Amino acid sequence: MNRRSPGLWLTGFLVYAFLYAPLVVVVAYSFNDSRLNAEWVGFTLDWYRRLFRNEEMLIAARNSLVIGLVASAVSTVLGTMAGFALYRYRMRVLPVLVLAPIAIPEILMGVSLLLFFVLVGITLGMVSIILSHIAFCVGFVAIVVRARLEGLDESLTEAARDLGATPWQAFRLVTLPLIMPGVVAGALMAFTLSIDDFVITFFTAGVGASTLPLQIYTMVKISVTPEVNAVSTLLILLTLALMLIASRVSPGALRGR
Amino acid sequence: MEKLWRKWLIGGPPLVYLVVFFAIPTLIMVVASFRNPGEFGGLAPLLFRDETGRHLDLTVENYVRFFSDALYLRLFFKSLLYAAITALTCLIVSYPLALLIARSPKKYRDIMVLLVILPFWSNFLIRVYAWIIILGPQSVFVGALNGFLGFFGVEPITLLYSPFAVLVGMVYVHLPFMVLPLYANLEKHDPALLDAAQDLGASSWQRFWRVTFPLSLPGVYAGSALVFIPAFGMFAIPDLLGGTEGIMIGNVIKQQFLDSRDWPFGSVLSIVLTAMAVLLAAAGAWYARRARE
Repeated sequence: MNRRSPGLWLTGFLVYAFLYAPLVVVVAYSFNDSRLNAEWVGFTLDWYRRLFRNEEMLIAARNSLVIGLVASAVSTVLGTMAGFALYRYRMRVLPVLVLAPIAIPEILMGVSLLLFFVLVGITLGMVSIILSHIAFCVGFVAIVVRARLEGLDESLTEAARDLGATPWQAFRLVTLPLIMPGVVAGALMAFTLSIDDFVITFFTAGVGASTLPLQIYTMVKISVTPEVNAVSTLLILLTLALMLIASRVSPGALRGR
Repeated sequence: MEKLWRKWLIGGPPLVYLVVFFAIPTLIMVVASFRNPGEFGGLAPLLFRDETGRHLDLTVENYVRFFSDALYLRLFFKSLLYAAITALTCLIVSYPLALLIARSPKKYRDIMVLLVILPFWSNFLIRVYAWIIILGPQSVFVGALNGFLGFFGVEPITLLYSPFAVLVGMVYVHLPFMVLPLYANLEKHDPALLDAAQDLGASSWQRFWRVTFPLSLPGVYAGSALVFIPAFGMFAIPDLLGGTEGIMIGNVIKQQFLDSRDWPFGSVLSIVLTAMAVLLAAAGAWYARRARE
């Protein structure tokens, strides 16, 4: 029996509209030939041209890219190890440390890392941002990898061992290729989280370095210009592309995040 | 023994990393909350000397100040209220959509879920920023609304930089955290139950309130917790959309650390915030488990 009444269809459609309207607005205004985000004047690519001449924005973009690449690389290695350890061994402290950064309010991690870096004497800047990003990405990678391991047929590794493979060989030649989609999905997820992060970066960046989200924040705080729309549109496209690749590589791994 | 060695080889590095960059900073913050603020911001020296020797300079003054100042307690209450309204609004908005997806043919469900998540792959700040455009004074939407209100002789209203704008932003940003657990729950319901209820004469209203909704309670609790916790500690949304009236506890924490540089008091606020969030989540989980039994 069909239990989808017209009312349900209508509200569902309205919620979808609510979800997409803001992004459509941002993208549309990035092509509008007017300084004001008000009425439509005409099509232009001016805001994109300005963007590519904006020195600070380009530096921030480069920083974001470097931070994202280093943080996702390191957290993928650490997260895969953590995911494997959680799956194979009885760990007591690790599960808490993996889940807690995901579960607690983000701002706590931001301010506690700020305190930590200042007291330990690590200058706030690229290094402190990268170290912080790794800390919150490890858990996400570990969860994805662990989920992948749980769907694995244990007998394959056992067969490899029976046939004389060392534990390391069995891992490298059998287990690792099998969990690779999970590892890649975890890496892409870590990269996206890092590129996207605002709160923790805000506290750990100091005056030393700016990232794209920080730059957008500063621009929005000072004055709202359509340049923000242009950089937003480009960022929307970038993350969209990344996540679509991720969902191709490992369908289902990104759902329920 | 060989296996133990391997366990620490694999589990050790991530463990050490998270101890250094998560557990220790959190502990430092707990200790900092019992210390005195430094003369020029930051923290006063941990040890101080006088004629009788060296002493640990620890104090509960920061906590006393927090619990005796109505200003901060009121701010906490306000943040709780905002987070609760956000969770409730998300629930009301998400439920029809989750129900629609769960009752759609199987082959369309995945794409419908994907369409819910898709906007949330874009940057968080961009999603908040979009509302500055929509609710701002130059906005076509606000202009039309005021035109409509003016027709009835109502004064033009401003929407941006108000608690209303904060709530709109918070609902928007957290919506998928509610839709997904609700959908995951509703999808598992056996449609035969509704058929049975209908055969026994239940109206569609009764079928919803006496069959579907009670069965979906675990999803409702999970979604509410997932929305409530981040909303409670939110600082970027009130910062960008809230103006002076819409600030939340997160904004004050930011002020304490970055502007007035009173780290001990900022630590107290952060710890109380986290403790409350964790307690509420634990209470929710306990309640959800009891509801399931």
